[in-house]
Amino acid sequence: MYSIKNLQGAGNGAASFAKQFGIYLVLVALLIFFSIASENFLNSHNLLNVARQVSMLGIVAVGFAFVLLLGGIDLSVGSVITLVNIVCAWLMVEAGWNPVLAVLAALLLSSLIGFMNGWIIAKIQMPPIIVTLAMLIIIEGVAYLISDGLPIYGFPESFAVIGQGYLGPIPIPVIIMGIVMALGGFILGKTYFGRYFYAVGGNEEAAKLSGIDVNKVKYLVYTLSGFFAGVAGVVILSRTNSGQVLSGKGFEFDVLTACVLGGVSVSGGHGKISNVLAGVLILGVLSNGLVLLDISQFVQMVIKGSVLLGAVALDSLQQRKGS
Amino acid sequence: MFLQLKNITKRYPGVVALDDVSLDIIEGEVHALVGENGAGKSTLIKTCTGAISPNEGTIVIQGQEFSSLTPKTSEAMGVGVIYQEFNLVDELSVAENIFLGRAPRKGIVIDRQKMETEAAKIFQQFDIKIDPAELVGNLTVGYQQLVEIAKAISQKAKLLIMDEPSAPLTQTEAESLYLVVEKLKASGVTVVYISHRMDEIFRLSDRITVLRDGQKIETIQTSETNLDELVQLMVGRELKETYPQRKHRVSDEVLLEVEGITGSIVKDVSLKIKKGEVLGLAGLIGSGRTELAEILFGYKAKSAGRITLEGREISPKTPKQAIAEGIALVPEDRKKLGALLDVDIKGNISVSVLERISKFFTIDKRREEEIAEDYRTSIRIKTPNLEQKIKNLSGGNQQKVIIAKWLATEPTLVIFDEPTRGIDVGAKAEIYELVNTLVETGKSVLMISSEMEEVMGMSDRIVVLHEGRVTGELDRKDFSQEAIMAFASKN
Repeated sequence: MYSIKNLQGAGNGAASFAKQFGIYLVLVALLIFFSIASENFLNSHNLLNVARQVSMLGIVAVGFAFVLLLGGIDLSVGSVITLVNIVCAWLMVEAGWNPVLAVLAALLLSSLIGFMNGWIIAKIQMPPIIVTLAMLIIIEGVAYLISDGLPIYGFPESFAVIGQGYLGPIPIPVIIMGIVMALGGFILGKTYFGRYFYAVGGNEEAAKLSGIDVNKVKYLVYTLSGFFAGVAGVVILSRTNSGQVLSGKGFEFDVLTACVLGGVSVSGGHGKISNVLAGVLILGVLSNGLVLLDISQFVQMVIKGSVLLGAVALDSLQQRKGS
Repeated sequence: MFLQLKNITKRYPGVVALDDVSLDIIEGEVHALVGENGAGKSTLIKTCTGAISPNEGTIVIQGQEFSSLTPKTSEAMGVGVIYQEFNLVDELSVAENIFLGRAPRKGIVIDRQKMETEAAKIFQQFDIKIDPAELVGNLTVGYQQLVEIAKAISQKAKLLIMDEPSAPLTQTEAESLYLVVEKLKASGVTVVYISHRMDEIFRLSDRITVLRDGQKIETIQTSETNLDELVQLMVGRELKETYPQRKHRVSDEVLLEVEGITGSIVKDVSLKIKKGEVLGLAGLIGSGRTELAEILFGYKAKSAGRITLEGREISPKTPKQAIAEGIALVPEDRKKLGALLDVDIKGNISVSVLERISKFFTIDKRREEEIAEDYRTSIRIKTPNLEQKIKNLSGGNQQKVIIAKWLATEPTLVIFDEPTRGIDVGAKAEIYELVNTLVETGKSVLMISSEMEEVMGMSDRIVVLHEGRVTGELDRKDFSQEAIMAFASKN
């Protein structure tokens, strides 16, 4: 049978090209559309602005993509951002910590939350959607408890570099996103544990029988997801210069949208970081372009929701074809 | 003549799946369709059921001519299919499944009683003992299959196409399937029977059509042929002995000793495997063979017992630990437990040794390629390239990839659980040769098989389980089907 399938594949070269890079075609189409529709869109200032706006999304999306690859989901990323925001701000302002220490502590905390998610999911074998939903609520509550719901501000000046600084013409958050994306690509493409993500997500039992410590893989993936959400939380904090309980609200849905747009299958086993980047950029370009065109917030919501639905529909159709 | 295929050709981009195939199915006969994986059997069935349209040729059903069928016309013309994967709803009753979408009604309410009586009538006709009110999910695979058959009968199928129906069944279940097929025939239903199992083909069929590489090789009267001729027609070359001779002697050294192993099925099982030995593990389905294998491999927990490997007591709690001890398991359910279907061949072969071939977490891709390439040539995995996803391979090739994965871990004991299930004769013989190479190089093999011929042909010694206990042990000179069955079915 191999010969039939293989040659079929060759015959479908164009289709498989579209499947591989289709997402970039969509991105290019959007870029062309907004360039024509709005005169303020196509200039380096605006495009760098888009890149900076999506950088937090891009950072979180890498960890989130890992979780999706595994066939799981991490709804808690938004409230991890919030908590890191509040805790890091509190440590600097109320406890008077050095910003570097405060950032490290915040990242440690976010990784720990991720690890707990992974531990509960793997050890107690609870559905990820429930575990991370519960975690979302708990963490949000903790953030309110620490801050009383009030913003925390008055950071050392040096702290602003992370979110507001530039390296040459490029905003620091964009550079951080670049590093995180490259790291994500490296993990998936080159390391053995990155390979395990696909194996476990594709067929958990077969992975276990192949000698993979499935639980360890889950701990690692959820820890990474928490860690990257923490990184984004720090960047957001530095950019807004004040710790706020609403900073990560609803973030999980944007990240999910970006990942799915980028072709990461919600049923696990499929996905690439390069395409996730495209998904992130599409969302950014869409938001930016719609604002430039002066389209109302509410219409934007309708459009974004439709984009998510469309992307999942495409994924489902391809899955069905594949089987 | 019930169904006639005339000069059917089906092309896929770059390949001809069916090449000018003509075939007559005589009304009331059992017609066996055989051929290696990829010979075109599935495409042929799909042509008959309307799942695909041929590029050329015509299909004649009871005198009516079609250039292509739709699933609807095919069903209306009385063609029914029993696929390997059942179309049953586990949460509904047997009767509800049989009449799914066509339930007899009283007004708007389903007439449950009538439905169940009708279902019972069909079962009675074929001497099948199933309670129509039972939930399908509670039935064994064998009974579920009978429900599928009953469903086709209730839809007035006059031609029943069965795609490897005995593959998932136990020996006893298969026996009742054969009886049903014989009753179907007696009641005038025409049957097209696809199978890799030669014994049942000879037992059931009136005529046999052999396909190879998309072409019809021959249609022969079953009574006028024999196994050798049939196999030769299928593979197009003469196969050497089915169970190749081994040249070496089994060593006296014991590799693995198991004492008093108890799990949820197995009770107090003790056995020894010598170096260079193939130990067969026989027994009925559910006798605990697979569980024993899984305990040895650290996949299931044991509640009591000792495992000693080369004089050292081991107690693997995860497959990872078992692999580190040099144990490998080729599982029974290839798709569920063996293969990473969406991963390519290379990734499937290397998955168990990735950590060994990584430096600073980074995979040495050249080494990975080398390993995969080595096994591709040494165990003849037929593929144009190693980047093929394994789901696109035939069953035999998938199994070879999985075996390659285990050989790459350099095991001292390889456990095979039903290694040749659903695999064509050609690939089977190659797997047997592989087992021989293993033991000839001093490794040991524990082989679980429900195929009597296989377990007797391959083993040096056979241990028989019954309801979790060892009931007998046979040396090669004492092998016989009767002896094994006696141990397998006694208390």
